[in-house]
Amino acid sequence: MSLALLPNPLLAGFTGAFEFIFSKQESSVTGGNKVGGIEQVLELAWTQVELSLLALLLAMLIAIPAGLYFGHRGKGELVAVGIGNAGRAIPELAAIVLVATVIGVGFPVLVLVLALLGIPPILTNTFVGVTQVDRASVDASRGVGMTEPQIIRKVELPLAVPSIMTGIRGATVNIVATATIAPLAGVLTLGDFILGENVYGVNGVLAGAICTAILALIFEFALAGLQRRLTSKGLRLQQAQ
Amino acid sequence: MRFNHKKPLMALVMLIAALALAVGISACGGGSSSSSSESTEAESAPAEETETGEETSEEEPAEEGEEPELVKGEAITKNPENAKVSLTIGSKNFPEQEILGEIYAQALAAAGYKAKSDLSLGSETVALKTLKSGQISGYPEYASTALTSFFGLEPEEVPSDATEAWEKANAEFEKEGLEAFEPTPFASANAVGLLKSTAEKYDLKTVSDLEGVSEKLSLYGSPECRQRIDCLAGLEKLYGLKFKEFKPVDISLRYTVLEKGQADLSILFTTDPQLAAEKEKFVILEDDKHVFPAGNIIFVTQKKVAEEAGPDYEKTILNVQKGLTLPVMQELDARVELEKETPKAAAAAYLEAAGYVE
Repeated sequence: MSLALLPNPLLAGFTGAFEFIFSKQESSVTGGNKVGGIEQVLELAWTQVELSLLALLLAMLIAIPAGLYFGHRGKGELVAVGIGNAGRAIPELAAIVLVATVIGVGFPVLVLVLALLGIPPILTNTFVGVTQVDRASVDASRGVGMTEPQIIRKVELPLAVPSIMTGIRGATVNIVATATIAPLAGVLTLGDFILGENVYGVNGVLAGAICTAILALIFEFALAGLQRRLTSKGLRLQQAQ
Repeated sequence: MRFNHKKPLMALVMLIAALALAVGISACGGGSSSSSSESTEAESAPAEETETGEETSEEEPAEEGEEPELVKGEAITKNPENAKVSLTIGSKNFPEQEILGEIYAQALAAAGYKAKSDLSLGSETVALKTLKSGQISGYPEYASTALTSFFGLEPEEVPSDATEAWEKANAEFEKEGLEAFEPTPFASANAVGLLKSTAEKYDLKTVSDLEGVSEKLSLYGSPECRQRIDCLAGLEKLYGLKFKEFKPVDISLRYTVLEKGQADLSILFTTDPQLAAEKEKFVILEDDKHVFPAGNIIFVTQKKVAEEAGPDYEKTILNVQKGLTLPVMQELDARVELEKETPKAAAAAYLEAAGYVE
């Protein structure tokens, strides 16, 4: 493998993990069945993508309208920021076990729990983004006869896009990374490699971590691209100066 | 959309706030322990029997009345010469292991060693690695796990006789500069567990009885169970069973999923206190084809450490584990898993009750 030729000695430790990703490996506890390989990696990665996307969508559906509303009114900072900060303090593992005890385990439960993780950064950033919109622009739009919902939709939302997207990107990294604990609540994601050292060995654990990091990066790049497209031209010019 | 729709938006915000608050509060409560469900089991179990209401059921530790008989042990004598030897006792990351690790560590301290515990090391692979690297002096392992996981035996090749299994494992350990002491009286194994009502409905007594009905039943177990030959992989291969679905869950949820009706079958441990305390609720199926080999605990240590520590090391460990019969281990597990005692406190209570320490 070309990677082995790289001079960096750190990479030598990773070759086993890359082998695990691309080809099936022996395992001492499976009674001869091989584990790992690109098929299993892709299957688990896909579940993680589905889970993360749905959770992100749910988080956005809740956090963006709420953030816009609070930001538009210029009130409720305590609530928006309070929820944001309290939300960050929730240990996800505890939340999953708790929700699993009350509701049960499975895909929908995990979407809900992971969405809770995504709400705080989106909510806080949406709120801050809207409150930081130039008041003169808002007053001007009111002056030309825009209704309040129009102001939110046509003035505040576009101007807050960079901040909102920052929140979404932060939430995404959190959600994708935390989706690795899903195998503890009924859904197999790349976390299976990380949690199952007995089955997959150290290389499997490392492979799970590498794949999750790659996944988070892909999301990050995609969202960065999306952010560029969503940011209005005027704003981009302003930022460029 | 006119903006006088303030109420639904406000309601939405309140909902989020309530949700966040609820999770926040509960996260504080359930932070350290992942088995909050089991405490409710403990409380509800006596309530069903006594019918005297909640107050008594909360107060009354079910096990106190029927405390298992303890084999009175030989008191550990302190040897001042041992003070120059430092020992670190490890364990894997679940309650039974932590209790055992504490028992050994406290007993060795009572014998005069400078002993401390380093518990919850993770899976068996991690524990073994830690031992080989010398970061811990020894840790308790199930003989069956050692044979299947470390030395590649098929589950059905694991001897059912405890001494035989120990000898076999010890011979392998010795090749790697390690040594395993003689086994404990109790053995632990995985088992297919289910609600008694389910067992009666399908007339199930052994795992073989699942043939023909397993397609209708869901099985829950730890994530790694899926691929382990001494778990789901073995049930499929050796019994030829196919299940409706297998769902991975955290092992602390193994009884919750049965109670919630999510799982028809769940992988349990034979030393689980729930099996003793709630015989009318949970049952396990007899493993008639030996997919789940029973394992007694063998204390694994580095040979070098054992030599340096002198004869009191092995003597103390063998002495202190004499009282560890199945009912005693279940009682200790119950103290930690159901009554939320720390493994340290449970271990200390055992050493004292059995007369090993004053």
